[in-house]
Amino acid sequence: MLIKKGIKGKNMRAFKKILKTALRSILRNRMRSMLTALGIIIGVSAVIIMVAIGRGSAQKIQNDINSLGTNLITVSPGAARSGGVSQGSGSINRFTFRDVEKIKKEAVFIKGVSPVVRVAVQVIGDGKNWSTSIYGVSTDYFNIRKWEVENGGELFTERDVIANKKVALIGKTVADNLFPSGSAVGKQIRIRNSPFKVIGVLKSKGQGGMMDQDDIILAPSTTVFYRLKGGEFIDMINVSAISEDKVDNAQKEIEVLMRESHRLGQTEENDFSIRTQAEMLETISSVTAVVTLLLASIAGVSLLVGGIGIMNIMLVSVTERTREIGIRMSVGARGSDILIQFLTEAAVLSISAGIIGILLSVSVIVFINSLTTLSASMSVDIVLIAFLFSGAIGIFFGFYPARKAAAMNPIDALRYE
Amino acid sequence: MKNIIETKQLKKEYRLGNVIVHALRGIDLTIKEGEFAAIMGASGSGKSTLMNLLGCLDQSTSGEYFLDGCLVNRMSRNEYARIRNEKIGFVFQGFNLLSRTSIVENVELPLVYDHSERIKDSQAAAVEALSHVGLGDRLDHEPNQLSGGQQQRVAIARALVNNPAMILADEPTGNLDSKTSVDVMALFQQLNDQGITIILVTHEPDIALYAKRIVEMKDGLIICDMKIKNRKNAKDDLKALNNAEVSSVVEIVERNDAHKKRY
Repeated sequence: MLIKKGIKGKNMRAFKKILKTALRSILRNRMRSMLTALGIIIGVSAVIIMVAIGRGSAQKIQNDINSLGTNLITVSPGAARSGGVSQGSGSINRFTFRDVEKIKKEAVFIKGVSPVVRVAVQVIGDGKNWSTSIYGVSTDYFNIRKWEVENGGELFTERDVIANKKVALIGKTVADNLFPSGSAVGKQIRIRNSPFKVIGVLKSKGQGGMMDQDDIILAPSTTVFYRLKGGEFIDMINVSAISEDKVDNAQKEIEVLMRESHRLGQTEENDFSIRTQAEMLETISSVTAVVTLLLASIAGVSLLVGGIGIMNIMLVSVTERTREIGIRMSVGARGSDILIQFLTEAAVLSISAGIIGILLSVSVIVFINSLTTLSASMSVDIVLIAFLFSGAIGIFFGFYPARKAAAMNPIDALRYE
Repeated sequence: MKNIIETKQLKKEYRLGNVIVHALRGIDLTIKEGEFAAIMGASGSGKSTLMNLLGCLDQSTSGEYFLDGCLVNRMSRNEYARIRNEKIGFVFQGFNLLSRTSIVENVELPLVYDHSERIKDSQAAAVEALSHVGLGDRLDHEPNQLSGGQQQRVAIARALVNNPAMILADEPTGNLDSKTSVDVMALFQQLNDQGITIILVTHEPDIALYAKRIVEMKDGLIICDMKIKNRKNAKDDLKALNNAEVSSVVEIVERNDAHKKRY
């Protein structure tokens, strides 16, 4: 035990000595070391910043999607086939209120279901006009899409839907454009010559991808369907599952119910498509992951170039210190001692560059988040990976020069001028 | 007295293109403990090659070499490094100290690579070795702050620190002026009096005469090996040199005064 401790102490001292020598020789050529480190600093911070921006954007998009409701299932008209030729999504539309009723009555895995009747309209209010979309929905829709009203307003009720009431909830954007000063609640707006009463302003959801989610008017489905839309069919059905892990069950259930409702035979294909929020998320995350990887690998190239810089400077250093290597060998340094000495030097150089790179990237990310519309998210794992990677680069690119030093012949090294 | 060095028909050949150069043609040399031997010879005589072989910096082509009782032919690089570390203290012509490194650390260097655990406190050992050569008061100095003679003393301290079987000095006075050379030789004589075996490689007969034995080489062979009967004493020579210096200064002043009086 005592002996073991002694050896450990000796090794520790030897390691300290190696570290001290490494630091000394790095600091001896301050300018050179700094320029060499710069390659790694830029590489490490580029990788971290790129990944942070990639992840930040992915998170932002995911948050936007989640704000639509995580249990959301969208049933939309499917593609019609005539003679085996698909005519594209939405080419047939046979959705009716009966489909909605059937799902509402018979499905067990769903919490809410709402028809969506969408009409693009010009809305007039308070002497101004605004072009937007009006969505005819049921009361379940508020829960499915997480809509709430601002103080002073209220949502429309089941009775408003049954009675085809001409009431409307307007989005923030619409409210700002029609009633820039003062409250919109209680005011009248005209849509295609029908007067609607504004009973509430919807709480803002912000930008969703490319779309302004607040540029919207919600009204009872029946009102929109019978007074504005015309025709036989509704546009879409929105459903929310009872919980996130029951989304798949709900999806299957809806499929069966819809096939029944549309009287499709065994061999007929669905004339509708069902998409869940999870699927959309998956698609988008896979896209952002690819983009992040692409950015990170471009940044990784600069890290590689930095590593080559380290190799270059270590080769110079080995040549410069040939005599020192000879002295060390003459007093009994083995090849491995010399190897470790130079490897440590390369590793110290690149790891300290890595730490500076991490600090630099942190400040750049803070800057990005506070001064630009981009969002960057820093994560511990990528910092750790960048740190370990910079150390690994030092060792990898330091190995060749170090081995060259270790393989020197002491006589030649001592004689080197 | 045991043999520190014993070589039998030690040969070394180099290949230069298609020509084989016979640097050593068969050296039989025995050096006992406590000896102070000077190896002499013109350049090209093979003395540097012999010194490299004796110092375990190079391998012989054939023959046997016993160092401190062990056969040290055909060993691996690492074993050679261990032997250099434990058995040999080198002193070079160009001092070969690490620049911008304190002299204590310079002297400690062999102990950094010592895996035998013989010496526990390497710094104390280095300080002791430096005191031994008269530099105990300059531990924190760096080599470039010292004179040539002092630097060579540091190198000698480094050679001593591991308690080697012998000190191998390769032209130790080559870069020094004559007075400092005598000073360094005085130190070698003092160490030898304390029982340390010293092998000195030099081409200066004046310096070789401070040793106890001269081995002369020519064309890769030993042509002369003899004891020195009237060995020079470096300490006395140093005193004489100092006196000569003082008297010459007095002389200069007197001459100057005489010159002034005339006008």
